[in-house]
Amino acid sequence: MSNKHGPIWVVAEQLDCRILDVSLQLAGKARCLADELGVDVEAVLMGDGVADRASELFAAGADRVYTVDAQELAVYQPEAYTEIITRLAKEKEPEIMLLGSSIMGRELAPLVAARLDTGLSAHCIDLVLDDNGILEQQIPAYGGLLSIICPERRPQMATVARGVFPKPDPDDGRSGEIVELAVPADLPGRIQTVEVVREETGGVDLDSASVVVAGGAGAGDREGWDEIAELAGLLNAGFGCTRPAVDEGWAELEAMIGQSGKMVNPEFYIGVGLSGEQQHMVGIMDARIMVAVNNDDKSPVFQQVDYGVVDDCRKFVPVLIEKIKEYREKMTTC
Amino acid sequence: MLNIVVCVKAVPDPKEGCNIKIDPGTKTLLRCDMPLVINPLDKHALEAALLLKEKERAFISVISMGPSDAENIVKECLALGADKGYLLSDPGFGGADAYATAHTLAKGVEKIGAFDVIFCGMASSDGATEWVGPEMATFLKVPVVSMVNELSDTAGEWWTVKADIENGYRLMKVGLPALFTVTRDLNAPRALSFSGIIKARKKEVTCWVLDDLGVPADEVGLKGSPTIVSSLASREISRQVQMLEGSREEKVAQLVQVMADAGVL
Ligand SMILES: Cc1cc2nc3c(=O)[nH]c(=O)nc-3n(C[C@H](O)[C@H](O)[C@H](O)COP(=O)(O)OP(=O)(O)OC[C@H]3O[C@@H](n4cnc5c(N)ncnc54)[C@H](O)[C@@H]3O)c2cc1C
Ligand SMILES: Nc1ncnc2c1ncn2[C@@H]1O[C@H](COP(=O)(O)O)[C@@H](O)[C@H]1O
Repeated sequence: MSNKHGPIWVVAEQLDCRILDVSLQLAGKARCLADELGVDVEAVLMGDGVADRASELFAAGADRVYTVDAQELAVYQPEAYTEIITRLAKEKEPEIMLLGSSIMGRELAPLVAARLDTGLSAHCIDLVLDDNGILEQQIPAYGGLLSIICPERRPQMATVARGVFPKPDPDDGRSGEIVELAVPADLPGRIQTVEVVREETGGVDLDSASVVVAGGAGAGDREGWDEIAELAGLLNAGFGCTRPAVDEGWAELEAMIGQSGKMVNPEFYIGVGLSGEQQHMVGIMDARIMVAVNNDDKSPVFQQVDYGVVDDCRKFVPVLIEKIKEYREKMTTC
Repeated sequence: MLNIVVCVKAVPDPKEGCNIKIDPGTKTLLRCDMPLVINPLDKHALEAALLLKEKERAFISVISMGPSDAENIVKECLALGADKGYLLSDPGFGGADAYATAHTLAKGVEKIGAFDVIFCGMASSDGATEWVGPEMATFLKVPVVSMVNELSDTAGEWWTVKADIENGYRLMKVGLPALFTVTRDLNAPRALSFSGIIKARKKEVTCWVLDDLGVPADEVGLKGSPTIVSSLASREISRQVQMLEGSREEKVAQLVQVMADAGVL
C-alpha cells in the first residue's frame, strides 16, 4: 500500500438548502481524521441554490467543496446523485467517504459503494485510524464493539447517524475552495423522485428532547404500550422505543432508538420493559441520568443505568403516573 | 406476464433472543445451533409479490443464499404461494459481507433468467445493513427504491411507488425492471394455509453451488468481501446502578424524587 492517501470525503445532505447537522458533524470528524493522515477534507454538496452554503462546510472543517447546483437536484435524485459521486470519486480517489445514515444516505451509500466495488459499513458509532492509517469502523454487536475494516479497496465507506459525533464549533475564519460541477448529461433516466412530502409530526421531537422515555417488548401489548406513552406525554418527553416495539406495530420506525435508529442525547432517560441490548443502548449512552424499569432483576439493563427498578411495568407505570400527577398538584397548590 | 423474484434470508429466530455467537477465529457469525426463520421483512416482500399475482399473471421465484437448512424457509415461501424456489448454498459462500452477498445473489438472479421486479426486505434482522438490495440492483444494472411503503401504480412498464423519507414520503416513478426493498407498512403477510402446504409438496427447491453460478471462488464469501471484522472489543460501562428498593409505592416515591431532583417534573 502506498503511503500517499487521498482526501477524506463527506457527502453532504441538505434539506431546503440547509445543510443537515449530521453532515456538519461528519465534516468535523473528517477534519480530525484528515489531520492525522495529513490530507484534505472534501465535501460534495448537491442541490438547488446550495452553492453559498459551502461556507458552513468550510467552517466545520472542509478544505474543498464540490457543488452541483441545479434545479433538478433540489430533492434527492438517486440516479444523478449516484452518478455524480461515483464519477468524481473515480477521479479524485478519496481514501474515506462518509455519509449520514439518513434515509438518503442509507440508499445512496450502497449505490455508490457497489459502483466503486468497495466495502461499506453501516451505522458506525465511532471511527478511528489504526497504526497503519486504516479506518476502524466500529459498530456494537454481540455484547461488544466490532471493528470493521476495509483493508484493500478504496474508498473506505461508512454511514454514521446524526448525533454520534458532536457538531463542531463553526470556525468562521476558515475558508476553502469551491469547485462547481455540472449534472451529467447522459443519465439513464430509469428512476425519478417526483415529489417529496413532509408531514408535520405530532409530539415531542426525539432528537432534541431533554427527557426521553423508551418502551420495549416488556410492555406486553398495546394497552401496556399506551401506559408508557402516557408517561412520556406527562413528562413532555420524547417517546422512543426498541425494535420489537416497531415489529409489534406499537411504534413507528422513526421512534426507534439505537444503532440502526436514532441517536439521542437527553438529560434524562427512562427505559421501560427493555433488556438493555447494545444495539438500543448505544443510542442513548450520553444521557446524564438513566433509569430502567424491568421485572427481571438479572436483566443486563441494570448494569447500564444509574437507577434501577425491579417491577412489572404494567403495575408500576400507572402508579408512577398517578404519583407524578399528585406531586405536581402539590407543587402548584403550595 | 410479470416475472417477480423475491429475496429471502434465513435468520436466527429473533424471538429466540440473542444467543448468536461470533467465531473467535474468522470473526464471522456462528449461527448453526439456532432455528432459522424467514427474515420478518422478507415476508412483506413475498406478500407484495403474492398480491400482484392475485391481480395479474405473474410468476414468483424465491431466492435465498444461506446454509443448507435455509431450504426450509424457501419451502415455506413455496407453501405461501411462490412458484419456484432457489437456494444458493456452498461452503464458499460463507462469511460474505453485504457486497459479496449482493454479488452472489445477483449471479443467481441472472441464472434464473429475465425478471421484471425484484422484492427484498428493507433490512435483515441479524445483519441489518440494508445494503444488499441496493447493491444487488447496481450489479444487475436496474434502478432501486428502498423502503417502499406503498405500490401506488403498478400498471405497465413504469411504476409509481411511495417510499419512506424522514417525516413523510417520497413519490418515485420507476421503469421496470427494477428492485424494491419494502417496509412492514407495505402489507400484512398472510399465514400458511393447509392447502398451500399440500400444493407445495410438488414444488421443488433448486439448489445451486458455486460451480453452478460460474463465479470465481475469490468473488464470493469471505474472500469476496471487501470488509472484514478486525477485532471484537468489550464495551466498558461506567455507570454505577443504584437499585430502588422497597414496596411498589416506596419505589415510585423514590423515583419521583429522583425526577424532581433532576428537574424533570
Ligand atoms: C444489526 C442489528 C441492529 C439493531 N438495531 C437496533 C436499534 O437500532 N434499536 C433497537 O432497539 N434494537 C436494535 N436491534 C435489536 C436489538 O438487538 C434487540 O433485539 C432489541 O433492542 C431488544 O428490545 P427489547 O429490549 O425491547 O426486547 P427484549 O430483549 O425482549 O427485552 C424485553 C425486556 O422486558 C422485560 N420485561 C418483560 N415483561 C416485563 C414487564 N411486565 N415489566 C417490566 N419488564 C418486563 C424483560 O425482562 C426483558 O428484559 C438491532 C439488532 C441487530 C442485529
Ligand atoms: N443471504 C441472503 N439471501 C437472500 N436474500 C438476502 C440475503 N441477505 C440479504 N437479503 C435480502 O436483502 C434484504 C436486506 O438485507 P440486509 O442488507 O442484510 O439488511 C433482506 O431483507 C433480503 O431480502
